[in-house]
Amino acid sequence: MDELIGEFLAETSESLDVIDVELVKFEADPTDRATLDNIFRLLHTIKGTCGFLGLERLEAIAHAGETLLGKFRDGDMVADSNAVTVVLKSLDRIKEITNGLEQTGVEPAGDDRDLIDRLESLSQGHGDPEAAAPAEPVAAAPAPEPEPAPEPEPEPEVQATADDAATGFDADLGRELRPGEVSLADLEAAFLSTPGPEFEAEAETAHDAEADADEDEHDAEPAHVDAPVKAESAAPAPAAKSESKAPANDDAGQQQAHRTQATIRVNVDTLENLMTTVSELVLARNQLHQIVRDNDDSALKTPLQRLSSVTAELQDGVMKTRMQPVGDAWRKLPRIVRDVSQELGKKIRLVQEGEDTELDRQVLELIRDPLTHMIRNSCDHGLETPDERAAAGKNEMGTVKLSAYHEGGAIIMKIIDDGRGLNAEKIRQKVIEKGLASEAELENMSEAQIQRYIFAPGFSTAAAVTNLSGRGVGMDVVRTNIEQIGGSIDLFSEQGKGTTFTIKIPLTLAIVSALIVKSGEDRFAAPQLSVRELVRVGAGSSIAVETLNGANMIRLRDRLLPVIALSEVLNTAEHTSAEDMTGYVIVLEAAGRKIGLVVDDVLDTEEIVVKPLSGPLRSINVFSGATILGDGSVIMILDPNGLAQETSSAEGEEQSDAAAEDAAEAQGANGRQRLLLVRAGGEEPKAVPVSLITRLEDFEAQTIEQTDGRYVVQYRGRLLPLAHAGGMDHFPTEGRQPVLVFAEDGRSAGVAVDEILDVVEERLDLEMGSERPGVIGSAIIKGKATEVLDIAWHMQRAWNGAPQRKGKSSTGRNAVLLVEADAFSRRMLAPLLAAAGYDVTVAGGLHEARDAATMGAEYDVLVGDPAALARLQEEGVYTNVPRLGVGEHDYTQSTDGFVAIMPAGDRGGLIAALDQAARSAA
Amino acid sequence: MSVEDSFEYVTVRIGDQLLGVEVKQIREVFSPQDVTSVPRAPGEIAGLLNLRGRIVTAVDARHRLGLPPREPGANVMALGLEEGTELFGVLVDEVGEVMRLKSDTLEPTPAHLDPKWRVLLKGVHRLEKDLLAVLDIRALIAWQGGLAA
Repeated sequence: MDELIGEFLAETSESLDVIDVELVKFEADPTDRATLDNIFRLLHTIKGTCGFLGLERLEAIAHAGETLLGKFRDGDMVADSNAVTVVLKSLDRIKEITNGLEQTGVEPAGDDRDLIDRLESLSQGHGDPEAAAPAEPVAAAPAPEPEPAPEPEPEPEVQATADDAATGFDADLGRELRPGEVSLADLEAAFLSTPGPEFEAEAETAHDAEADADEDEHDAEPAHVDAPVKAESAAPAPAAKSESKAPANDDAGQQQAHRTQATIRVNVDTLENLMTTVSELVLARNQLHQIVRDNDDSALKTPLQRLSSVTAELQDGVMKTRMQPVGDAWRKLPRIVRDVSQELGKKIRLVQEGEDTELDRQVLELIRDPLTHMIRNSCDHGLETPDERAAAGKNEMGTVKLSAYHEGGAIIMKIIDDGRGLNAEKIRQKVIEKGLASEAELENMSEAQIQRYIFAPGFSTAAAVTNLSGRGVGMDVVRTNIEQIGGSIDLFSEQGKGTTFTIKIPLTLAIVSALIVKSGEDRFAAPQLSVRELVRVGAGSSIAVETLNGANMIRLRDRLLPVIALSEVLNTAEHTSAEDMTGYVIVLEAAGRKIGLVVDDVLDTEEIVVKPLSGPLRSINVFSGATILGDGSVIMILDPNGLAQETSSAEGEEQSDAAAEDAAEAQGANGRQRLLLVRAGGEEPKAVPVSLITRLEDFEAQTIEQTDGRYVVQYRGRLLPLAHAGGMDHFPTEGRQPVLVFAEDGRSAGVAVDEILDVVEERLDLEMGSERPGVIGSAIIKGKATEVLDIAWHMQRAWNGAPQRKGKSSTGRNAVLLVEADAFSRRMLAPLLAAAGYDVTVAGGLHEARDAATMGAEYDVLVGDPAALARLQEEGVYTNVPRLGVGEHDYTQSTDGFVAIMPAGDRGGLIAALDQAARSAA
Repeated sequence: MSVEDSFEYVTVRIGDQLLGVEVKQIREVFSPQDVTSVPRAPGEIAGLLNLRGRIVTAVDARHRLGLPPREPGANVMALGLEEGTELFGVLVDEVGEVMRLKSDTLEPTPAHLDPKWRVLLKGVHRLEKDLLAVLDIRALIAWQGGLAA
């Protein structure tokens, strides 16, 4: 291809992108003169260059567009959205033609009469023939294609005279001006009078400079054939303007010349090659490092250090040449949003923040499409129609905000809309409908987890498939694209308020910092971007890997982190038991969750050059590439995203995601409790709040002795009374017996269970009291109704060996029935009362209290929720037992039979009141 | 023998079988060293190796042809070829000589051959004494859909 055309294409495509953005801006504010001037100037440059290169189609369109813009500019017409649409359409046509030009080197054949007619009709004030009712036949319709002749040798005899100007004959066009059409000379003059305020922002090319120099020359050299034409035909007013502006224009020209020296246009391939070469240099340096390390050759050390730092600088420098502001990838977005909003009849405002944030152009290219898609999605699916918004009490104008900033070695990009948010229920239905997950699986998932299904292959929530999005490949492809470049995507959505997508992408792909780890005989590279921390486990470390139901985990700052041996994920070794896990846990954060990967050793950190995997290996999701180490060996690069997916499917759905965990942490674990799940009599798991458990023990079944109907085991030099949560006959005669040890008031008791299953963190909402003794009630845990064991009751049983619900205790202590539906209050109160020397029986609800009465249990005092106690009084249950209310005093309720109603926080007062009540009972 | 009506082959031995590979299909012959195995890779992928700073994916012809794996320490050679931007090395037991054969001695692959073999052969040359099956080395490294189970 002609070199000039190549330059023209590169430059034009940049200009067109700018015009796109500027036009949308201009449409929003038609009084913005600076924006219009900029558009005008850019389009004029395109037109001029086209003429120079003999690109007739392009020039004709650009000319018609410029004429129309000139009308706006002169204030003859006001730009409405219809006119802007037509101008945008012409830009699209120009793009089409330049694309064809790029491929074939010549302007593709075609007729642009339709567009030009619309543009001309608009500039003549007739309105748009297509938008309006069939417009009157355009006056100049049969006229031949305007002869493109920008500033070539005008024949001396057609040099315009004042007469010509009056009759509308244009020398440059070589034909009569159409009504309302502006002569080329006028346009030229207008162009010259237009300040170019944004020249600084443009990366000026040598070609630009040439063109500018040409123009400057026109002004500077009055002898130039062009000058008289301008002066005469553009008379009177524009000419004066032109002259007065000329010196300023000269200055600008000089400034531009300086700028030209400051920047040059470099072929992308050249940069790519440079980058590859630097990558190889980094490799060679690493190799040298290795050799020096092995041989301890001190003579080499200093020069190597020098080489090292120079290499690092070079690498930095080359990286910088590849850096581009992220705004480059956003250029097309305002136009897209505008088109989408017109098409859908929505009002949408696009806010951009952090356009200057720089990242590697390779990464930039790769995120361009996913980003476009996401913005479209946000406009199409995310935002509501103005009516819906108004109905919801929101501003009719929806906002899509795009922001970018650096964080660590990565770029975080956020796409925030204030639309309707993701409807988890709809997604749930769709997931089931599409067979992506079963109802049971979904039951166990948090809303956030369900929302993430929009990233699943073949998922689309849009009720109607529009031509903008909703083809059902969207978010899946977006996620894949982003993960392919080592990034991650997550979302947060609140129904009715909007959705935020967060994309995290590495600054560059070519060279990454990685941890070299060893698993078995193999080494692997783990990208440091995803590594949160390293934890030493096993021998010589205070942190050990623990096992619950075959799943391994470690305690990390009071949280359980699931861990898995890398060798196990990679199938290079059998399942590794917890005891065998020694070495390091690499805590990786990816795909919104944290996982611990156990490796044998961490060897080194190294800057590695990422090499893509060949076809047959690309489907292995746990690797993102391979690299050559300093010693020349090839190792695989681990893909944290793939690993996170792998391990989550291996670990089941109890993996709470990192974001939710953080949120829970921030809220001070609001209402959430850690619960131990056990099996005891029956297959269904039962739960015990971990906070109540003093210790977990494991006894030989033979060491458990039975005396006088009571079970005991020797434990720490004392006898530990035992009760079995599954029933006293559940004690095994051989094997091992897991026991939960509880301590209360200086006394201990053990509650035996069949098996310890798991520890989960859940909100403990006790749904209902239980009919069964030994069970407080049931709660939804991991999506299943799970019985919560009544530990106080079981301890009592261990101590008494008596399986019945006994009131007045044989210990001579006063018996208290605690009636409290709220599990949290119950958990707080029961130990408090017990500590004060009372035998506490817990009733989770009214019916349990009634049951206790029916069974003939006797109590000295009833303590608990005032409303519940009053209710019992009304029902005639335990009417002669003194009541002590704990909690809010509701004055509408009868306080008959109440000793007092105490606030739950006043512990001292509570115990004093209880003592008094107990005495009154005695 | 003119260049137009003949093919140039390099002979390779895989197991007991002598096969021919068109010379123009391959880039070089090398002795594979320090092959890094890739966990969870398809069986025919022997691993990755470093060939003058570029990463080569080693594909074991034995596996593709359904032959038992090579004994540890046994002789192994690699035929290097480029597919797009990716480098592959096809592992064979031995590389023999280069020979030029007339194209009219090439016959289609017999239909009753094991399908595993048939998809990897371009045809069979009748030699004076025996046959030389022509291995389609591009088909051997093709992985999309073409992979035998």
